[in-house]
Amino acid sequence: MGKIIKKYYNRFRKQSFLFSELVKRDFKQKYKGTVIGMGWSILSPMLTLLVMKLVFTEFFGRDTPHYTTYLFCGTLQFSYFKEATKSGMKSLIANHKILEKINIPKYLFLLSKNVSSLINYGLTLCVFFVFALIDHITFGVHFLALLYPIFCLMLFNIGMGLILSALCVFFRDISYLYDIFTLLLHYMSAIFYRVDKYPMLIQQVFLINPVYCYIKYFRLVTIDGMIPSLPYHLLCAFYPLVVLSLGLWMYKKYNHMFLYYL
Amino acid sequence: MAIIQVKDAAIRYITGDFKDIGIKEYVIRHIQGNYKVNEFWADRHITFELEKGDMLGIIGSNGAGKSTLLKAISGIMVPTEGSIKVHGSIAALLELTAGFDKDLTVRENTFLRGAMLGYTRKFMQEKYDEIIRFAELEAFQDRPFKQLSSGMRSRLAFSIACLVNPDVIILDEVLSVGDGAFRKKSGSKMQEILSSGVTGILVSHSVSQVREMCNKILWLDHGRQIAFGEDVTTLCNAYEEFLITKKVPETHEQILEASEAWNARQEVIRQQKKENYAERLEQLVAECGAGTAVQAAVDILYRNRAELLNRELCLGEELIPEK
Repeated sequence: MGKIIKKYYNRFRKQSFLFSELVKRDFKQKYKGTVIGMGWSILSPMLTLLVMKLVFTEFFGRDTPHYTTYLFCGTLQFSYFKEATKSGMKSLIANHKILEKINIPKYLFLLSKNVSSLINYGLTLCVFFVFALIDHITFGVHFLALLYPIFCLMLFNIGMGLILSALCVFFRDISYLYDIFTLLLHYMSAIFYRVDKYPMLIQQVFLINPVYCYIKYFRLVTIDGMIPSLPYHLLCAFYPLVVLSLGLWMYKKYNHMFLYYL
Repeated sequence: MAIIQVKDAAIRYITGDFKDIGIKEYVIRHIQGNYKVNEFWADRHITFELEKGDMLGIIGSNGAGKSTLLKAISGIMVPTEGSIKVHGSIAALLELTAGFDKDLTVRENTFLRGAMLGYTRKFMQEKYDEIIRFAELEAFQDRPFKQLSSGMRSRLAFSIACLVNPDVIILDEVLSVGDGAFRKKSGSKMQEILSSGVTGILVSHSVSQVREMCNKILWLDHGRQIAFGEDVTTLCNAYEEFLITKKVPETHEQILEASEAWNARQEVIRQQKKENYAERLEQLVAECGAGTAVQAAVDILYRNRAELLNRELCLGEELIPEK
């Protein structure tokens, strides 16, 4: 028994070293050749926000209280989702040279991409809180509840990354289709418009979109100062569970097939 | 107990499925009704066992399935049929320079590669200086990897890889790394590792290297196992005969025949050489007009006397006195 524990401990220690090295590499790759470097993690969401604010305030912003925060909730979640899944999708094919030569668990490449996206997200989140403060949002203990949608979204992104990276090995075309898909999802996530003008049924339909669920959660906590109901929490957990189990199943099933197609 | 046990292992590649030919071709062929997937067996019916301390040489011409077999043994690929069992840790030195990141520095790449090979951080921190010293890259530690020459790259890769103390070491054409001086150093390092009782598998196109280092031979041809055995000399002879005649021996008798044929060929070459020397000597003797070989030799010394003394060979003048 002790031997088995020791074996797993050693494996974990070895992998944690590899994992941290991979995260470092991905982070450096991301900002290679840029002057501002990591500053882009903060600057880029701010600029996105600025553009959206300029464009949409006229149409939707007049009757929406705290429109800046409303917008930022949307772009914050959505850009994290988009970045993590898009970079995760390429994680296997981008590292095919290594995978062909060295026997390393393949999911490590995906996880390291996800971690660097998560670090990015953390930085943006700090900017978000600063903006919320400026936007006269009342802060309170209930903000701790935000950890829940963040955690769910993180798992959801990993699950999506597993599915997409596996699919991408077999069909590279997925990456083009996925671009269109994220664009569609972007418009369906109510990032810059409000849904409460739609009938109740349509409003429910929006919840089919997992990213919207997390956006709405953020808005409810920050703008309305309330924590969603228990069923809503269950819905938030449901999506990551589905994609994660599907993704893990695909990895388990096709793990040894990947190499033939890389 | 066998360290490596390969039982009837086979690896199949599939070509011509729809990923390969594209969706247009896929649909057209389906309509025409001549869509079919081609199988390609990189290795088939491979069976052998290695004990501790064995050194296996895998020989075979290009496309014989050597590298695929190594991938299967190192766990990167899984055999389509049969089984491959390995007891102990494996260090696979396959095409060393693949997988380095060209934008990271030498230092970062060293740690990354070390991590990939399964070393711990502590181990790498201890050994880092040793690696860099062995690779002779002290001046390049913080330079981006892309600035290194290809020789430097393989030197670094070799230095990281050969730190290990594995139970099984797999060498795929890696024993000829870098320039002459480094090759010598890496060769002796390799010898050191091999003499520590490790079980090894060597793929090399140099048959003389295989003869020198291995005690077991596996001969592959187009994915087929031609022979496996401990009779290194016979198998290598037969293989070299095959390289000349391109005729694959099917049975053990044919292998023996091929080996004999190669021996005969060598004998002919030796005879020829001998004859050549004899001819040359006769020619020299005739040139000097001397009756015997000894007289001819003395004559040659006298004829080249000035040059021999000039060359600082520490030859005393008395060795070749004036006539």
